Order: sequence, then structure tokens, then C-alpha cells
Amino acid sequence: MRVEEISVFRGERLVLDGVSLAMDAGGALLLTGPNGAGKSTLLRVLAGLRKPDSGRILWHGTDAFEDRSMHARHIAYLGHQEALKPGLTLTENLSLFARGRPLAPALEAFELLELRELPARLLSAGQKRRAALARVVLADAALWLLDEPSLGLDARAVERLGEALALHRRTGGMVIATTHVPLPLPNADALALPGAPLEAVIGDAWGAGGWA
Amino acid sequence: MIATFRAIVARDLRLALRHGADTLGAVLFFILAGALFPLALGPSPELLRRMAPGVIWVCALLAALLPLDRLFGAELEDGSLDQLLLLGLPPSLVALAKMTAHWLTTGLPLLIAAMPLAVMLGLPFNTLPVLLAGLLPGTLILSLLGGMAAAIVLGARRGGVLLPLLVLPLATPGLIFGAAAVDAVRTGLPFAPDLELLLAFFAGALPLAPLAAGAGLRAAAE
Repeated sequence: MRVEEISVFRGERLVLDGVSLAMDAGGALLLTGPNGAGKSTLLRVLAGLRKPDSGRILWHGTDAFEDRSMHARHIAYLGHQEALKPGLTLTENLSLFARGRPLAPALEAFELLELRELPARLLSAGQKRRAALARVVLADAALWLLDEPSLGLDARAVERLGEALALHRRTGGMVIATTHVPLPLPNADALALPGAPLEAVIGDAWGAGGWA
Repeated sequence: MIATFRAIVARDLRLALRHGADTLGAVLFFILAGALFPLALGPSPELLRRMAPGVIWVCALLAALLPLDRLFGAELEDGSLDQLLLLGLPPSLVALAKMTAHWLTTGLPLLIAAMPLAVMLGLPFNTLPVLLAGLLPGTLILSLLGGMAAAIVLGARRGGVLLPLLVLPLATPGLIFGAAAVDAVRTGLPFAPDLELLLAFFAGALPLAPLAAGAGLRAAAE
């Protein structure tokens, strides 16, 4: 996957300015930067949920935004929200995203098997986060986009997350994660987003450029 | 693709069953609103019989609006919309699946509840089949138009106020032909043209409404 010169405006503010990156099978990338630097926005652009105002994403040489539904099949996305329906059990919540694959291995990966018949409203914040991570595993997608995956997880769950990430990369998957805390992601490249420079807002032509 | 579509519908039906009170709300509103007319208009069977088709259609239209702002609103709030869009299904099909679920949980119960309401308002029995034959495409149209409007106002402030303003004018042709068909039977005129126009309206809304709704969902996710 290659990302070329992506820029995104949010209202009047330039959030991402000419971000470029490239990833190969088994690769991992950590996005860091202060609040508001555009980490989550970049993930949403990569997921195809948001169109960049300029630049493009190439997946095996084809533009991802030509057919976003096709691109979505390569993507597993974990946002800030867990996207669980409080009235449904864990199994019912996740079965939509299983697309016929068995649920058990993904639940097992985050030690959720005993909780699978519980309605999501009875789960704690950390358990919900684990359920959202199980959905990422379930998607069976090539590229994982994780927005602060370790938020609310205990030490043991972070360990399980590390195992899941390692397994995904061993089988040729790619991971892009944003984080403020250390993640169990060895040999990951890092991309620091510097936050929107004020000059860019007033239109400093020299300030534009890639940080990758 | 079809399996995913069915899975979305099944998930929404399960949600509707879990929150039974919300689901029944629209039907109860329909029956209650219809029952208010005899109280307000006085016990004149002839007047009620004349007004019955219009009353039933207007009440059905208003009742179908009730669950609409939660149709996509709940999905946007808890982040499920992103996950639905990433299922690999075109957004218009995601929207169509949600509209299907809306019809199964709101339109179909309204169709069934229309029968006792029609009898209560004194509609002759020979007009009941035509009333239902009109309400079947009618409720489908309401789910399509309503789903479209709900997707378009998604994420807008005061979307709940905007929604009826968008749906009600669009739904007026359905209302006119549907009520006219029942009137035609009552007065012995041919009712087929009205029903055919209703079906034509449905045939137009079926491809167009999900397309517009899909664009609305994409825009809301951005």
C-alpha cells in the first residue's frame, strides 16, 4: 500500500498536510503526535471513510477511492467507539462482522469466550474494548487500522493484543496504530504527526511538505 | 453480499425485538391517533366512513416517521455506522437493508393494525382488500423515503425536526393515490389506476431512495 501526499482540511484548518507513507506485508506503523495532530483523521482516510482533499491511496497500484466498498474488504478499523449494541449479546454483536467465519477463535484471542452470551451493556469498558478488538481479528483483513487500541485495557489484555498483532504480521498483515502509550508492536516504524502548523493555516507555501 | 445484507436485516430485527417497547410505539401511536378521530368528530357513522381512508393513511404516514430518527442516528452515535460502511457492501445496500428492517418492524405491523382501525371507523368490508393493497406499497414507499430522509439529515443539528419536513411533502403522492383508491371502491369507480400509480411511485423510489441514502451515509461518516 502506498499513500501519496494526503492533505485533509477540517473546516478551515489544515489537519494533514502532504502525508506520504508506504507499507509492505508484515509491516507496522505507529502514528504519534499531540492531540489534534490528525492521527484519527489519517486512519479514517486510510479506511476510506473520509475522502482526502488532495492526494491518493494506492492499494496494489489501484486507487482505493475508485471503489471504496472494494477497499473496505482489505480494512479492519477500530475507532474510538466500540460500536456495540447494548441490547445484544457479544455473539450477536459480532456475528454480523464474522461473515460466516467462526467466532470462537477471535473471542478466544481476547479471553471473551465466557462472556459471549452476556448483553454488551453488562460489559466493562475494558471488556468492550476487547470485544471491539475481537471484531478486528474477525474481519480477516489485510490492513488493521487501530485508533488507540490499548485504551482501557489491563496488562494481561495488552499482552493478548501483542500476540494478536504479532500473529497478524506473521501471516503477512499490516498494522497502523495511533497511540500515546507504548504498544506491544516490535520493529514498528514510527510516523510523528507534528500537529497543524499555524503557518499552514495562513497559507505558508514553504511549510508544505512530506513528513514521512 | 446477499448474506451480509440479510445479516444486517437480521441484526436490526433482533434489536427491534430486544427493544419491544420502541417497536410497538409506532403501532400504538397509529391506533391511538386513529381512535381520536371518532372522539373529535362526533359519532356520525357516515362522516367517519367517508373520512376513514384519509385518516388511516395520514396516521400511517405519521406513525412511520416515529422510529426514523433513530434508524441511522443510533448507528452514528455508537460508531456502528463506520463498521457497517466497512462491511464491503455499497452504502446504498446498507441503507436498503436498514429500510427493509424499518418496513418489517414498522410498515408490516401498521399494515396489520390498519384492519381493526378500518373496521372501527366503519369502512365497508369490501373496501378492506383495496385498502391493504394500497397500504402495502404505501408503507414500503414510506420506509424508502423515510430512510432516505433519515440518512440525508444524519449528523445535522435538529435533524429530527428536518425529517418530517423532508418526508411529508415527498410522500403526498402516495397519500393521494392510496386514499383515492379506497374512495373509488366505496363509490363504485375503478380503483386500478390509483393502485397502479402507487406501484409506479414505489418502482421509482426503490432504486432512487437507497442511492440517495447511501450518499447521505457516506457524507455523515466523513
